[in-house]
Amino acid sequence: MEAHIREKQLRLKTRLMILIMVLAGPLGGVLLAKGMKSLGPLSIASLPEAVTTLGKILSCPSIWLGIGSQLTFFIAYSLVLSWADYSYVQPASAMAYAVVALLGVVMLHETVSPMRWLGIAVICLGVLVVGRTSPNTTETR
Amino acid sequence: MLRFVCFFLIVVAGTSGELCISRAMKEAGEVHDFRPGALLQVAGRVMRIKWIWFGLALMTVAFFALLGILSVENVSFVVPVTALSYVAGGVGGTMFLGERLNRARWAGILLVCAGVALVILGKR
Repeated sequence: MEAHIREKQLRLKTRLMILIMVLAGPLGGVLLAKGMKSLGPLSIASLPEAVTTLGKILSCPSIWLGIGSQLTFFIAYSLVLSWADYSYVQPASAMAYAVVALLGVVMLHETVSPMRWLGIAVICLGVLVVGRTSPNTTETR
Repeated sequence: MLRFVCFFLIVVAGTSGELCISRAMKEAGEVHDFRPGALLQVAGRVMRIKWIWFGLALMTVAFFALLGILSVENVSFVVPVTALSYVAGGVGGTMFLGERLNRARWAGILLVCAGVALVILGKR
């Protein structure tokens, strides 16, 4: 009974961390891209120009939010690997591809090709299959 | 030949790097306390484990190999090939971390691998 409860808790906290990863990772990428594009053409041809460019980058709020999101992703990734199998976390984190497509459709009104939707469906199916296995197979129970 | 070396480094060094980080985190022990102070203590512990440094070095090699191949090949060709990392992750998890992958886990990994390749090809 205790093992059953522990398995349930393990699944819950693993899924929560993977959810944070698949949201924070793509969001960080989008924010960094948005921040860099908002700065316009940048030059690092000479040292003063490079310093000016660095100043512009560091004064952009989107870039800081992007760095924060990427840091959140990395912390969640490291934490989940402290208890869950790598071969469980790595494929499950591929759900990020679905999040990227949904962010693109909902926020940026992008069109997604049928092949890409098919790929996303196959990823979701794969994650579902992996998700049904135990997150930790190295622990002796 | 150079292209093959780059692909090999992206898949093998990239996945090996993540496997090393996974091993370092396992050696540091399961995290139960998520308060900032406790997380900083975990970070301090992890920094003293050699695997984290191997992992970061291998991931750096994979990153530069990716930059190298992107300078000569299209991203739409490069990224689907890197989907092989999921298979490499399954093999590495078994051999390096002692994970016991059953048929369902392998089936899921192969589906994700195929799905990622389709997603990238669909971007064209």
